[in-house]
Amino acid sequence: MDIKIPKLSLVVLIGPSGSGKSTFARKHFLPTEVLSSDFCRGLVSDDENDQKATKDAFAVLHFIAGKRLAAGRLTVVDATNVQMEARKPLVELAREYHCLPTAIVFNLPEKVCQARNEERTDRDFGPHVIRQQGSQLRRSLRNLKHEGFRHIFVLESEEEVNSATVERVPLWNDKKGEHGPFDIIGDIHGCCDELEQLLEKLGYKRQDSPSGDGLWGDRIYAHPEGRKAVFLGDIVDRGPKILDSLKIVRNMVKAGSAHFVPGNHDMKLMRKLSGRDAQITHGLQQSLAEFEALSSDVREPFIRETVEFLDSLVSHYVFDDGNLVVAHAGMKQEMQGRGSGKVRDFALYGETTGETDEFGLPVRYDWAAEYRGQAMVVYGHTPVPDPEWLNRTINIDTGCVFGGQLTALRYPERELVSVPAAHTYCEPAKPFILENKQAPALSAQQLHDNLLDAEDVIGKRIVTTRLHANVTVREENATAALEIMSRYAANPKWLIYLPPTMSPCETSKREGVLEHPAEAFAHFRSVGIPRVVCEQKHMGSRAVVIVCRDEEAVSRRFGILNDGIGIVYTRTGRRFFEDRQMEQQLVALIRTALDQTGFWDEFKTDWACLDCELMPWSAKAQQLLQTQYAAVGSAAHGAFRETIAVLEQASRRHDLMKTFPVLENSSARPADVDNILSRYRDRNDMIAQYVTAYRQYCWPVKALNDLKLAPFHLLATEGKVHADQDHVWHMEILKKLCAADSGVLLATPYRVVDLIDPQSQDAGTAWWEELTAKGGEGMVVKPINFVMRGKRGLVQPAVKVRGREYLRIIYGPEYTAREHLERLRSRNLGAKRSLALREFALGMEALDRFVRREPLRRVHECVFGVLALESEPVDPRL
Amino acid sequence: MLLTITTTYKPATDLGYLLHKNPAKCQEFEMTFGKAYVFFPEATQERCTAALLLDVDPVGLVRGRRGSIMSGLLDQYVNDRPYAASSLLSVAMTQVFGSALRGQSNDRPELAGTAIPLTAKIPALPCRHGGDVFLRHLFEPLGYKVEASRLPLDETFPDWGEGPYFAVEIEKTTTLKDLLTHLYVLIPVLDDNKHYYVGDDEVEKLLRKGEGWLASHPEKEAIARRYLKYQPSLAREALARLVEEEDPVLAKEEEAGLTAEEPLEKDISLNEARLGAVMAALKGTGAKRILDLGCGEGKLLRELLKEKQFEQITGMDVSVRSLETAHERLRLDRLPARMKDRLKLMHGSLLYRDRRLEGFDAAAVVEVIEHLDPPRLAAAERAIFECAKPRTVVLTTPNVEYNVMWKLAESSQKFRHGDHRFEWTRQEFQAWANGIANRFGYKVTFLPVGPEDATVGSPTQMGVFRRD
Repeated sequence: MDIKIPKLSLVVLIGPSGSGKSTFARKHFLPTEVLSSDFCRGLVSDDENDQKATKDAFAVLHFIAGKRLAAGRLTVVDATNVQMEARKPLVELAREYHCLPTAIVFNLPEKVCQARNEERTDRDFGPHVIRQQGSQLRRSLRNLKHEGFRHIFVLESEEEVNSATVERVPLWNDKKGEHGPFDIIGDIHGCCDELEQLLEKLGYKRQDSPSGDGLWGDRIYAHPEGRKAVFLGDIVDRGPKILDSLKIVRNMVKAGSAHFVPGNHDMKLMRKLSGRDAQITHGLQQSLAEFEALSSDVREPFIRETVEFLDSLVSHYVFDDGNLVVAHAGMKQEMQGRGSGKVRDFALYGETTGETDEFGLPVRYDWAAEYRGQAMVVYGHTPVPDPEWLNRTINIDTGCVFGGQLTALRYPERELVSVPAAHTYCEPAKPFILENKQAPALSAQQLHDNLLDAEDVIGKRIVTTRLHANVTVREENATAALEIMSRYAANPKWLIYLPPTMSPCETSKREGVLEHPAEAFAHFRSVGIPRVVCEQKHMGSRAVVIVCRDEEAVSRRFGILNDGIGIVYTRTGRRFFEDRQMEQQLVALIRTALDQTGFWDEFKTDWACLDCELMPWSAKAQQLLQTQYAAVGSAAHGAFRETIAVLEQASRRHDLMKTFPVLENSSARPADVDNILSRYRDRNDMIAQYVTAYRQYCWPVKALNDLKLAPFHLLATEGKVHADQDHVWHMEILKKLCAADSGVLLATPYRVVDLIDPQSQDAGTAWWEELTAKGGEGMVVKPINFVMRGKRGLVQPAVKVRGREYLRIIYGPEYTAREHLERLRSRNLGAKRSLALREFALGMEALDRFVRREPLRRVHECVFGVLALESEPVDPRL
Repeated sequence: MLLTITTTYKPATDLGYLLHKNPAKCQEFEMTFGKAYVFFPEATQERCTAALLLDVDPVGLVRGRRGSIMSGLLDQYVNDRPYAASSLLSVAMTQVFGSALRGQSNDRPELAGTAIPLTAKIPALPCRHGGDVFLRHLFEPLGYKVEASRLPLDETFPDWGEGPYFAVEIEKTTTLKDLLTHLYVLIPVLDDNKHYYVGDDEVEKLLRKGEGWLASHPEKEAIARRYLKYQPSLAREALARLVEEEDPVLAKEEEAGLTAEEPLEKDISLNEARLGAVMAALKGTGAKRILDLGCGEGKLLRELLKEKQFEQITGMDVSVRSLETAHERLRLDRLPARMKDRLKLMHGSLLYRDRRLEGFDAAAVVEVIEHLDPPRLAAAERAIFECAKPRTVVLTTPNVEYNVMWKLAESSQKFRHGDHRFEWTRQEFQAWANGIANRFGYKVTFLPVGPEDATVGSPTQMGVFRRD
């Protein structure tokens, strides 16, 4: 016997003990696909034959079966299953996960089972048990179909069991191997003229049917490039040319130039035509009238073939490796590619909440708002004024028969193509285009995105990024991020990127310094990078700037209303300025610079996202400066002044003993006042240098012109993340921009260094020395390309080399003292570097997703991830 | 870090005997956090000064490798610990001047018990939270003459204001033991930032060192609180033993969690009135499953637990620290199983839709919305009224009109609490609440909470939203 089972099904083996179920299962299925009740008994009781453990064993079995089915895995239940009570929960389980229960019955002669059981040493039950199981099985046989098994195979002999083959067949709805391109067409409802116009507009050519089928006419369309049309159902009812529409659709399906998933109207018509009961409402009368009008000799066979055709339809399809799902009324993720009555009902009718609206119509369950699947879902069923994307779903029923339009979605292009209705053929029960129709301020997706779901951010998360595979966010870090994001961050719609942390170069072994350019050059050379860019590192605060051309661009692209024309935010997603006026002045200033440099046209965009440093440091770090940096200087100065004075006083004494014996039990040792004094004078000098260091990065900000903004990455514009451009490109584009306002905007000086040319590296080092001698923070060394891969994968996007004086405010005022410096050299960069890569990958992924116009939760997931990773413990001085 | 002690007692060099240090020697002592030096800048019959100089190792301090006491707490990398007087100085005093601190002197036993003219100088003493006023309040009641001059924070940036450090000189004719003891206790109190974990033995230590002076000190509560680093239960215990009975004011403040926040609303009756009004509103609805959104440290949860009517109580807050405090205060680990099953604490945010909040009868949102940025309030509205949609929502927020009663503007304070993002008038609140009710299908009634003033209303305003 050839046993054909659906690829995803719950296979229930039924047969008495000793009927060969386990052997059969081993032969035809993977060990992990088979759940045996004996094994589960062993799991919970250490004894596979412990009948007392049966209840718990089945609880385990059902639990695992549920998990497997939810994940879309074929599952075989190896238990006797001869009683209806044992099979019932399995059928329910299959139904719950929308897959088909399949029964394979081992109805073997009793003596075969008895003989086998006698051979087994681990079975000690008497022959009456097998006899009883056999009779239970035989009584069950005729009920299996009624119990809900869709496929039933009965094996009657050992030979039959041995010769049986098992074949797994894909479900009807599985068209994953078809990759398109497709033109998916919404509800037609007999609007045949519009259908033909639309097909022509889409490039389909009318062909004469070669067979010239008498009943179905010769109208047929095909696309010269082999595109296929996909009809989303509701071809019939309501409209003027129902049978003509049906003929075109049917002929195209037969000729292989179209697919057709049925709608509720198509199914209701089929029921009526096949003589079953159906209320003649909602336009069914128009369909029936057209059938009535047929000549009597044609009518009968035409009705028969129509019923046959409609009955053969599959309720939904999964195309293109699972990336595209089509169904008349949509399809939830957990039902995609599955088969059950519920799945079919969902495809035809959707779900309702049980409530009714003010027009007395059932309120539909808004499955699209909840949708989190990977696949794009295209559907119709409910007329909408304009098709709108929501969480990768789109409804393209634009109510042609109600005077709207007939719309197609081109896949994979995601383009919408429409033709307007020639007439209003039918008045809708509920107006789907509002009288006072105004373009809504925000799209459906933007409105949906006003409220993110905690489920998309909390707990342990794994984010898939293009640059760096999967990035894991641990639960405790997500917890920290949730607090920061909720208490301090700006509207998440603005947060399309957060900058990654940056590692310093390897620790230098040179006298008197911790960091030196040679280490950065060596690092990149060692991972196979030939050239780097050295950019001056400005000592301010990291700022991400989003600038839009106008407020309309803000609402259109970011879905934010009345919130200015842009934002400046910090590396934790907080608004940089408490003073909103100053923020908007700064954004407006950049906008003007973009206007003047012809930026908008050059990049065909009306927004831009820039990665910048905003100075002075004191603008953001005022509190930190006061409570920590200046405070340390103040305390040290005060303490040292007095300390040096008393040491000098002691040093002037002539009666001090230089040496003296130390008592045996004393912890005291002789000390030399002059030594101490000289060390304190050195320490005092270091404090002075430290104060000088931090002062350089501070100046008062009274007005906009006191700020300096140095952009260094043009991260993204409409349709584009500029990670494919090298850093020289970024520097030059931004230099041009900064030239348009030299008051506030500051171009970042940079040098390109060739890592295989020692002279070039010397020049780079000399430049760093020059910068840091003037009190500069240092420089950032980046591989020439924005994203580079070396022999060990993704390369650090940037490495900083900080100056000797600057590091006083990081490692402490006195870090340069020899005894301190030597200890500080042992620092570990591993954690910081790993973090930098993961955050970089997440940040770029966020931009990619935003530019691809993915739902906000997909962007937010990445940005939230960066923030969460920032709460991982790393040495803050790196 | 430097401490000098000077006497003009004659012969002044007897100071050496009292300190067990020879004025002719400069000595070095090994400390866990670095080194200590003792030397005498001057030692004449008329005047003698002893200097205790602490060399705190700044790198060791940060790296936390020199013994575990340094790790964890003081994790800032640019740190005043090597320079400013702190508990490290107290530690050094016990190690280097141990017998003097105990009032023992082998060579001058009677002098150790004699009051002599003494001056102590500290060039950089942090006086956090109270400045030199608090400094004087600490030392003057003990009979010291206090001179203090504030160290400039940074002369280049006068706008940055003043720093917390003072050059301090205190003078009194007293025993060396008393002087050292007072410094030992009060330096960390002024610094308000102890370097080691405060445990039960700290209470004993404070009581021992405070014997004879602390019980009658007018600032004894502040001293105890700061010395014990705001560990309320320890502070309460210490205080109780000092005054032989629990100090009701302090105890209540801590009970209500008012020590750190809402300083203006110290009026306990307001807080109680608010909880009372919320409880009344919740009880009146017959609700069984209750949400406390923004439960903070669990003040309302404690009340809810007392009522049998509430079968399921879930507290949510965005601050993990608050939840930990709530967990501790409600003694969740020790509640009997049946009580514990009634109460669940969870971390979550009102700015995200959260399915865990669905299916409750009522939600309390007490003094929460004013902590949300106005542009993000809309998200919270939907999360509460559209998604969680309990049948009843009891919501309170400050009435900004009432702030005049507290003369808030005069202290140039914008809102009642540093984290408030806005405070509404009654009209603003009611307009907002009515809008919510309309949009989400609720009916709302308003109630004043706290003493009502004829013109400015009550300090807190409450809205009770009901959905049919």
